[in-house]
Amino acid sequence: MNFEWLGEYGRMMVLGVMTTLQLLLIAGTLGFALAVLVGFGRLSRQPFIAWLSLSFTNLIRGTPLLVQIYVMYYGVGSLFVSFPLLRDSWLWPYLREGFWYVALALTLSVAGYVGEVIKGGLRGVPKGELEAARALGMPRLLMIRRIWLPRAIFILLPTLAGESVMLLKSTALASTVAVMDALGVANLIRNQTFLTYEPLLVMALIYLLLAMLIERLFKRLEMRLPVRNAF
Amino acid sequence: MKTTMLRICLALSCSLPAAATLAGPLKVGIAAEPYPPFSIKQSSGQWSGFEVELVQRICQEIKEKCQITEVAWDGIIPSLNSKKIDVIFNSMSITPEREKVIAFSKPYYYTDAEYVAPKASKLTLTPEGLKGKVIGVQSSTVNADYIKKRYGQVASIKYYNTQDELNADMAAGRVDVMLLDALAASDFLKSKDGAALESKGMAPRDPIFGPGVGAGLRKSDVVLKRKFDDAILKLRQDGSFNAIQKKYFKVDISVK
Repeated sequence: MNFEWLGEYGRMMVLGVMTTLQLLLIAGTLGFALAVLVGFGRLSRQPFIAWLSLSFTNLIRGTPLLVQIYVMYYGVGSLFVSFPLLRDSWLWPYLREGFWYVALALTLSVAGYVGEVIKGGLRGVPKGELEAARALGMPRLLMIRRIWLPRAIFILLPTLAGESVMLLKSTALASTVAVMDALGVANLIRNQTFLTYEPLLVMALIYLLLAMLIERLFKRLEMRLPVRNAF
Repeated sequence: MKTTMLRICLALSCSLPAAATLAGPLKVGIAAEPYPPFSIKQSSGQWSGFEVELVQRICQEIKEKCQITEVAWDGIIPSLNSKKIDVIFNSMSITPEREKVIAFSKPYYYTDAEYVAPKASKLTLTPEGLKGKVIGVQSSTVNADYIKKRYGQVASIKYYNTQDELNADMAAGRVDVMLLDALAASDFLKSKDGAALESKGMAPRDPIFGPGVGAGLRKSDVVLKRKFDDAILKLRQDGSFNAIQKKYFKVDISVK
C-alpha cells in the first residue's frame, strides 16, 4: 500500500468531491421538485396528465442511467455544435461541459424514481385527515401544502434517505463523460501513478462517509415531529 | 482434461522447461477499444491491424503461441503485473515513469504527436496562445504528460479514457484543441467526424515523449524480454518490419 500521492493530488481530490456534491445537490433538489409534480401527476384524474406522468416514469425507469447520460451528452449535446449561433453565444461554455448533461440526466432520473415513491406516499396518507381538511372548507392547494404533501414526505423519509444515497452513487457515472468528479479524479490518479487499488479505496471511503452523512441528516429529520404549518 | 494434458505431455516427452511453455499461450494484452490502424476489431470478433500483425510475426519468431486478450486501457499495467496478461503490445510509449513499474522491450515504432483543432480556429501553440483554452488528451499517455507539463498552468486539460471519446468531443467542439498520435490523427482527419478539423502542426521532440513504443513486460520475465528484443531487432533488419508497415502506413514509423 502506497499513499504518497495523497499530498500531490489532495487539492484535486477536494475539487472532485466538490463536483460530486454539486451534482448531488443540484439533481437532488431539482429532481425532488420535479418528482412532486410527477407524483401528483400519477394520481391525476385527468387522463392525459396521468398518462404523461406514467410514460415519463416508465421511460426513465426502463432505461439504464448510463444510456440516458450518453444520449444527452453525445446525442443532444452534439446537435448543438451544428448551430454556429449557439456556438458563439455566452451559453456555449456551459453547453460544452459534460457536467450539465450529467446534472440534467440525474435530475430526470430522480424525478422518475422518486416520483413513483411520492405517489405511493401520497396514497399512504390516511383518508380521514384529507376528508377532515375538506370538511373544514380548506381549499385544495392549501390542503396539499399543509397536510397532504408534508404528511406524505414524513412517511417517506426513510425511503428518501435511501434514494439520496442511490443518487450519490449514481453521480459516479459522471466520470464516463470526462467530468472530474470524485471517481474521475481517482481514475486520473490511477492512470498517472499506476496504482491499482489505493486511489479507489480512498474514494470508496469518501463515498461511504458521504452516504453515512446523508443517512444521519435524514435520521435527524425523522426525529423531528411533523411540522405544524411549515409551508 | 487432466489426462489429455498428461497424454500430450507424454507424447511430446516433455522436459521441465517445455512444460512451462505448455502452461498456456502467451497472453498479449491490447485495449478493448480499437485503435486503428494499430488494432482493429473485425465484425467477426477477430483482431487485425498493424500491431496485431506485428506481434503475431514476433510470436512466430520466438516460437510462442500467442493469444490476443482484451483489457481496459486504463488498467493495462495492473493487468500485466497481476498476470492477467503477459505482454502489452498496444502502442505504449516507453517512459521513465512506466519503467518504474514494468519492463519494456526495445522500441518497435516511433511517431510524432500532432495538434488537431477546428479549421476555423486560429491558435498559437504556446502557453500564452492556449491560455484559458480546453485541451483534450487521452489519459495515461505521453501526450498527457507533455500537455500537463507545458500547459498545465494556463489551460484547462480534459482527460479522456479513450481516444475515441476524445475524438467525439473534439468533433462536438467540447475541447478547443487536442494532442494525439500523428498516425491516429491522420486517420481521424480523413473520417467524417474529422472533416471540420485540421492539423495544427507537430509537437516538438521532447524527452517526455521517450524513445518510442515498446512491448510492456513484467520485470521478472527477463528471458521473455530478451526474446522480444532479439525478435524486434531481427524483424527490423530482415525487412519484415518494413513489409508489414507498408501495408498500413505511407510514412516510415520505424525506429532509427
